[in-house]
Amino acid sequence: MPEIPANVWEWIVIIQLLIGGIFVFIGSLGLLRLNNTMARMHAPSKATTVGIGGVLVASIIYFYQVVDEPYRVFPAQDLLIIFFLFLTAPVSAHFMAKAYLHKHPPQEDDLPQPSNGCGWATFKQLPTNHSTHSR
Amino acid sequence: MIHIAVYFCYISVCLSLLMNIWRLYIGPNVVDRVMAADTLVINSIVLLILYGIQTKTTIYFESALLLAMFSFISTVAYCRFLMRGDIIE
Repeated sequence: MPEIPANVWEWIVIIQLLIGGIFVFIGSLGLLRLNNTMARMHAPSKATTVGIGGVLVASIIYFYQVVDEPYRVFPAQDLLIIFFLFLTAPVSAHFMAKAYLHKHPPQEDDLPQPSNGCGWATFKQLPTNHSTHSR
Repeated sequence: MIHIAVYFCYISVCLSLLMNIWRLYIGPNVVDRVMAADTLVINSIVLLILYGIQTKTTIYFESALLLAMFSFISTVAYCRFLMRGDIIE
């Protein structure tokens, strides 16, 4: 396997940093500019996650390949941060969506009624004699 | 060459922090404010990692990991308080 020169690693780090910065900016711009709360929830939970992933991958490559010899380590903390953030960003977005739906219950008049007799969301109890195969 | 990209990321992340603070100020309901606070902490993690790249030290990455954990825990606690009126029942 041919040795990849340090120049190429440096350009990979630069491109990852640019992707990270641009996506973090897009995430916060979406948080500021979109027009209702459920739409605003998309921007920080997707674009900001990609942005922080780009910056963390740039940091891993920088400290493992590019930096001068006395500083060269493998930053395992970065891998842990990537793992933790990519695991918890959807969970926290789901919790925020549940809290919003709890505070502002949706209007069910516009929607068609489901055929099994239950409501749409998780706010109502299921009927006690409910079975999914009853017609 | 890397330090130019790091400075570009500093500028974009600081603009993002300003936009998050603006959303935290004007947010129409409380879920917007929770979301803005969560995004503020995540952007400050990016800022810590950029400072680590600039000064060639990995000592700030552990504090970034702690910030990630506390951001998740505080977001979940706040949303649970909004939903249930109580955090630990």
